[in-house]
Amino acid sequence: MAYFSQQLVNAITLGAIYGLIAIGYTMVYGIIGMINFAHGEVFMIGAFMSLIGFLICGMLGISSVPAVIVLVLLMSMAFTAVYGWAIERVAYRPLRGSFRLAPLISAIGVSIVLQNFVQLAQGARSKPGGSVVSGGFILFSADDFDVRITWLQIIIVVVTVVLMASFTLLIARTSLGRRQRACEQDMKMASLLGVDVDRTISLTFVLGAALAAVAGMLFLMYYGIIDFFIGFLAGIKAFTAAVLGGIGSLPGAMLGGLLIGLIEVFWAAYFSSEYKDVAVFVILVLVLIFRPSGLLGKPEIEKV
Amino acid sequence: MEPRLAPMLKDAAITAFVAAALGIFIVGFRTVDIGTGLGFEYHFVDLAIAVATVFCGRLGLSLAANGRRWPSMALGAVLILVGIAPMRMPSDFLHWFVALAGVLLIGRGISPWATDAVTSVQASPSGERAREVGTKWFGWMLLAAAVLLPFMPFVDQKTMDLSVLILTYVMLGWGLNIVVGLAGLLDLGYVAFYAVGAYSYALLSTQFGLGFWAVLPIAGMIAALFGVLLGFPVLRLRGDYLAIVTLGFGEIIRLVLLNWVDLTNGPAGIGSIPGPTLFGAVFSETPPAGQRSFSEMTGIAFDANHRLIYLYYIILLLALITNAFTQRMRRLPVGRAWEALREDEIACRALGINPTNTKLTAFAIGAMFAGFAGSFFAAKQRFISPESFVFIESAIILAIVVLGGMGSQIGIVLAAVLLIGLPEWFRELGSYRMLAFGLAMVLIMVFRPRGIVAHRRPSILLHPPNGRPPYLGGGR
Repeated sequence: MAYFSQQLVNAITLGAIYGLIAIGYTMVYGIIGMINFAHGEVFMIGAFMSLIGFLICGMLGISSVPAVIVLVLLMSMAFTAVYGWAIERVAYRPLRGSFRLAPLISAIGVSIVLQNFVQLAQGARSKPGGSVVSGGFILFSADDFDVRITWLQIIIVVVTVVLMASFTLLIARTSLGRRQRACEQDMKMASLLGVDVDRTISLTFVLGAALAAVAGMLFLMYYGIIDFFIGFLAGIKAFTAAVLGGIGSLPGAMLGGLLIGLIEVFWAAYFSSEYKDVAVFVILVLVLIFRPSGLLGKPEIEKV
Repeated sequence: MEPRLAPMLKDAAITAFVAAALGIFIVGFRTVDIGTGLGFEYHFVDLAIAVATVFCGRLGLSLAANGRRWPSMALGAVLILVGIAPMRMPSDFLHWFVALAGVLLIGRGISPWATDAVTSVQASPSGERAREVGTKWFGWMLLAAAVLLPFMPFVDQKTMDLSVLILTYVMLGWGLNIVVGLAGLLDLGYVAFYAVGAYSYALLSTQFGLGFWAVLPIAGMIAALFGVLLGFPVLRLRGDYLAIVTLGFGEIIRLVLLNWVDLTNGPAGIGSIPGPTLFGAVFSETPPAGQRSFSEMTGIAFDANHRLIYLYYIILLLALITNAFTQRMRRLPVGRAWEALREDEIACRALGINPTNTKLTAFAIGAMFAGFAGSFFAAKQRFISPESFVFIESAIILAIVVLGGMGSQIGIVLAAVLLIGLPEWFRELGSYRMLAFGLAMVLIMVFRPRGIVAHRRPSILLHPPNGRPPYLGGGR
């Protein structure tokens, strides 16, 4: 029981990170119907930004942990958002109206470029860092096994919940959210009614990239080590989460992230850690075959 | 209207500012190991040069777009001079970067004239004639060159190695072309079938002692079987979902190969795989007991190059079979159904084509050719491990197909030479090769979504553009 609870705590933490990345996939898919294959790489860039941010803070001698976290968070979000904007502007916007697979192929290209760019600029070795929060407390003990929750896990879950809540509000209440929903329903009609479609799509990418940056920072703090290749696997898992929850649905992305975190952690804990990624991929295949609209998504009707 | 300089300068400044924001942390602060942990190596000069180049490049492009081609080209010339100047820049890459930006600007300035010249030549009667002859004979000329290549005096072992590699990718490209180019299914896990073929041969030959030629069809069948097994449930999915599922499948295969140690020997791989034989003769100076070598059989003195030349002809033959098969299939009803499905699935369904079965044939046939190529790969390398079958291989094969113009057979050959041959030849490009790959994929999609060989014609036309009846205007 205690072992189970410990795994549950770990799974929720991991699921929160996947959920944050999954939101980026789901928002972009909702608005322009493309899989932003490069999103995993944006997450990786966010993690590197945070790594560099932590090091700079260390050099400047800022020692207050909350101040460091907030500063690095803001810096990483701001500069990763520029990547989101630039990717959309350079690689996707010119392709609107091209054939359906063109943006996906272009996205694969962007993903390869970003991976190798970071490898060239930062080196191929894995980088340790970001371990600024340590310690935790024992939740309860049973069967000679302590269930521990670290402060970091609490921070991760709290940050995720706050961001999710503000995001849901943003989509539901603000004018940007209204414009996004309008573009999602009918892009042409929205532009006829005076919505600046290009700007709305750009902002969607910017927001998605900022969330991916947060996920990157949390990932760095949680694992304490990153390299230029982390975006590939994390990206696919987050995409699986988005599909599982119903792509295009925001609560779905969060639910999917949690489920993927649970599957991965429990598979590794009770079966074999070698096949945990296989388990995630199998889930992806099964969901797409039997319930392509996901758990919370609405079925998509193809129009002629 | 006189184009004004101020808005252009502003635009270029904004672009440069974005470039600076992108690069300031990732490029400017390079994290390096310093005994106690991580430290920084600062690269702000690199960043400043790159940002200045971006500023000039953007300015030049907007000048050219506003009809000021001469100033733009002059700017390009200056950039090239700066790029090749013998002054010291922090890295070689920056020389390349600056010079390439200059080349881009000059190319942009020349391109309208070049396009004009090309269209006028093409439109003239002799040009049209030359083009017809060219498209008819170019493939045959290429084939003749490929057949004669091993006997050319200038060909050394390095060239032969590279040619075998290129031909392997040509074959893979042609195989994937059936799936992506003809049937329009984006397959991101093609390398999985390649792996299945390679492991089939490796296991059957090392465990059961079967020879290359006996296993080749079996490996193709096994790969095709995997194609059907994967394809049957997933081919109902829409295009981009299919892409992700195939990617997941490719990763599953790789992870299984990596972790099923009893069968595949895991990350250590399978070694000492026998090479292909010619009528039972092996290519080795000291043949294993009970077998004879090629030099004993023919009486030609032993030469280590014989094995390579033999491998070259095998892969050439396999690639040509792939090509011939594809060309024939395109004329059959199922091949036409592939192309029709690519254009409009709903219309096909209305006309009574079963989309799932049609896609399944394309998928299985594509997988089969990957299986052939995989067994060849195992026989050539004599050692395989899961490391050879990572996602990036799928992406490279896909890049070849995309660059070649999705559906054009000659285009794929050119793209394979360009993408595989050039980087191998220019070793110093080495680590920038994948960067260039990715960039090429984006640029091709943005500027020439139909690929470098862009004049692919449909196999059959209802209303031919120049009024010839359809049976004369048929495709190649």
